[in-house]
Amino acid sequence: MSAFEPVTKSPPATETIIDVRDLRTYFPIRKGIFSHTVGYVKAVDGVTFSVDRGKTLGLVGESGCGKTTVGRTILRLIPATSGEVLYRGKSFFGYHGEELRKLRRHMQIIFQDPMSSLNPRMTIGNIIGEPMQVHGIAKGRERDERVAQLLQRVGLDPSYALRYPHEFSGGQRQRIGIARALSLSPDFIVCDEPVSALDVSIQSQILNLLQDLQQEFQISYLFIAHNLAVVEHFSDEVAVMYLGRIVEKAASRELYSNPKHPYTMALLSAVPEPDPRPKHKRIVLQGEVPSPSNPPSGCPFHPRCPLTREAAKQASDTDTVVLAPKGSMATNGHPLPVLGNEKPDRVLRKCVEQMPPLEQKQGEPGHIAACWVTK
Amino acid sequence: MTPLLEIKNLNVAFNTERGQIRPVRDVSMSIFPGQTLAVVGESGCGKSVTALSILRLIPQPPGKILGGQILFEGRDLVALREEEMQRVRGKEIAMIFQEPMTSLNPVYTIGDQIVEAVKLHQGVTSREAYQIAEQSLNDVGISDPHRRIHEYPHQMSGGMRQRVMIAMALSCRPKLLIADEPTTALDVTIQAQILELLRKLQRETGMAIMLITHDLGVVAENADAVAVMYASRVVETATVETLFDQPQHPYTEGLFRSVPKLNENAARLTTIPGSVPNPAKFPSGCKFHPRCARTRKLAASAPADQTTELKSGGEIIRVLTRCVNEEPELREIQPRQWAACHQIASYNSAKVTPPVVDHKREVTTEHSTEAMQLEAAKGQTA
Repeated sequence: MSAFEPVTKSPPATETIIDVRDLRTYFPIRKGIFSHTVGYVKAVDGVTFSVDRGKTLGLVGESGCGKTTVGRTILRLIPATSGEVLYRGKSFFGYHGEELRKLRRHMQIIFQDPMSSLNPRMTIGNIIGEPMQVHGIAKGRERDERVAQLLQRVGLDPSYALRYPHEFSGGQRQRIGIARALSLSPDFIVCDEPVSALDVSIQSQILNLLQDLQQEFQISYLFIAHNLAVVEHFSDEVAVMYLGRIVEKAASRELYSNPKHPYTMALLSAVPEPDPRPKHKRIVLQGEVPSPSNPPSGCPFHPRCPLTREAAKQASDTDTVVLAPKGSMATNGHPLPVLGNEKPDRVLRKCVEQMPPLEQKQGEPGHIAACWVTK
Repeated sequence: MTPLLEIKNLNVAFNTERGQIRPVRDVSMSIFPGQTLAVVGESGCGKSVTALSILRLIPQPPGKILGGQILFEGRDLVALREEEMQRVRGKEIAMIFQEPMTSLNPVYTIGDQIVEAVKLHQGVTSREAYQIAEQSLNDVGISDPHRRIHEYPHQMSGGMRQRVMIAMALSCRPKLLIADEPTTALDVTIQAQILELLRKLQRETGMAIMLITHDLGVVAENADAVAVMYASRVVETATVETLFDQPQHPYTEGLFRSVPKLNENAARLTTIPGSVPNPAKFPSGCKFHPRCARTRKLAASAPADQTTELKSGGEIIRVLTRCVNEEPELREIQPRQWAACHQIASYNSAKVTPPVVDHKREVTTEHSTEAMQLEAAKGQTA
C-alpha cells in the first residue's frame, strides 16, 4: 500500500499542519456602469485557528456565515484579502506557479454535492487517476492498480473504474469523491458539508469511512457542516462562525456541554432532538442572520441576543440603549442595520458599541468566545 | 373520532422507458383533525408521491393511480372529477414544498400570488382578498405586511419565503396541510421558527398536518403519529412515543441508531449497510432483507434449510429464506402499532388491520421566547 504512506515517515506527535492567521476574504460590491466598488461583503473577517496532524476542526454556522469561504480561501480557490495560511510552518500564500502546484497535492477538498463535483464525461478511473498522473505520482498500469486499491479502500468494487458517475448513487459518488481526494495522499482535507446531501442511512457510512481513513493515514480535516450533532460526533475541536467571524471555539465536548456564546447556545438548542420527550427547553432566536455587507455595530449578534436583553434588565439606564424598532429608517432613508423587535428592546450599550474580543472563558483552557455578557 | 383523511391500499405506478415502476405500493394511513402525522423515509421511498397523489398532482401519464382509495371527509378523492378536485386543492387541502423559491412565481408580488388563491376559492372582491392576504401574512409573523405584500419573492430570505408559502397555503383555512420537507432547505435557527409557527397555527385553527420529512428530530418534536416508509411501502406506523421507545421494524431501529445525537459519545456510528433500493429494481420478498441486521443475526443460528446465501454490496451474507421469498404485510403488533417484518416475535399471530393511529402526543413542545431567554440567562450572565 505504498501509495498511501504519509509524506513524512515519522511525524512529531503534535505537528501543526494548517495554521490560519487573521484570514480575511472580502468580496467587492460593484455598482454603476464603470462598476466602481461601493463596499465589501466581509465574508471572512479575521479568522484564526490551527489544525494538528490527524485531528479534526469542525466549523459550524448558518448559511452565509462564511464557513465555506474559509475552506476555499485556505486552499486558494478564492484569493484572500489579507492574512496568512501556514502549511507545516511554511506560508502557503507565498508560493506561485510550479511550486504552488506541488504543494497543492497535500491539501484536498471533498464537496457537498457529489453529482456536480464529478465530471460526467470521465470514467471513475480517470477521475481518481488523473491527479496522480498530473502530479507524476503514477501512470499506466501502476496508476490503474492504485485506482483499484483506492476504490477498494473506500468500499467500492475495483471494476467500477470503467463506469461513469451517473451510474452511481449519491453515497457511492461521495465515496468516489473521497477516493479522488485520497489519491494524492494529502495531509489535509477540507470536507465541505460532505454528508448533508446524502440519505440518513448513508450519512453514517460516509462519516465512519472518513474517520477510518483519518486514523489510517493521519489526515487532518477541516470539517465544515451545519448539522451540530454530526460536527460534535466527528470533531476534536469546534469553531462556531457568525457573520464571517469565529465567535466561539473549544474542544468538542466542552463546547457542547458548556457553551459560552449565546449564538452557540441558541444553535445547540435549535437542533431538534430525536426524542419525543425533550429534556431541555428551546431558545428560539428572533430575526435572521443580518447581511454581511452591512453588519450590525458592536457585537454583530446583539440584535438577536437573548443574553444582552436579560442582562439589560438589571443594568442601569446609562449602561443600556433601546434599539430602534424593526423596519424603522435612519435619517438618510436607509433601513437601520439594527433589527430589533416590535417591543421596546433594551440591550447593553457595550454590546451595541464595542466588538467583544475573542477571549478565554471559564472552562477548559483554550475555550474562547467573543461575548461581553458571559464569564 | 373519524379520520379526516384515510388512505386505503393506495397503489401508484409510473410507466418509464424501462418498464413500470411502483413508487407507492399498498400504502394505508390516516390523519385525524388537529393531528400531525409525520411520514418518514429516505429519497425514493414514495413519501412525496403519496402526498402528491392526495392532491392528484402526479402527472398522468406517465403516472397512474392503479387502485386504492383516498377518503377525505368520506369522499373518495381518487374518484372525483377534475373540476371537483380543483375545489378541494388549495381550499380544503393545501401543500407547502421544500424549496420556497421554486414554488413562488418570481414575476408576481407575493400579494398577487396570495390574492389569486383567495379570490379563486372564496369568491371575494379584490379589496377583501388583499385584506385576507395581509392578515395571513401577519399570522405567519411577517412584520409590516402592508408594505411587504408588494414585495417580490427575490427580495425575501429563505425563511421569509417559507412563511409566505405558509401564509398562502393557510389563507383559505384548509383542513389539511401537507408540508413536504418544509424546513430542509433552512438553517436550524430558522427551522425552529418555522416549526414553532406551524405548531402555533395548528393550535389556533385545528388543522391537520401531514409532515413529510427525513429528519428524526423534527419527527420527535412535532408528530403525534408516524408512518415510516421504505421501498414504496409503509413498514411501520405508531404513535410518536411508541415508535421512539419500541421501534419494531429493523429499518426503523437502524435509522434511530445511525443518527448521531448531541451529547452522545459513541466512538463509531452504527450503520445500515448498502444503499436505498432503486424503485426500478427492488429486491424480492421483504425489500429490506439485503440490508437487514435482524435477518442476518437470526440466520446465523437458524437451520441451514431455512437460510439463503446472497450477494449484497460486494459481500456474501446469509439471511432467512422467508425474508427473501415473502414480502411481509403491515400487521397490528400491539394496540396503535403496526409493522411489517416476519421476524417480530408476535408477527405471525398479529392481524392485518387498517392502520389508524388516533393519538395526540403527551408532551407538547411549547417554547415561549421569554421563558427561554430566562432559561438561557440562568447561570450564564455575569
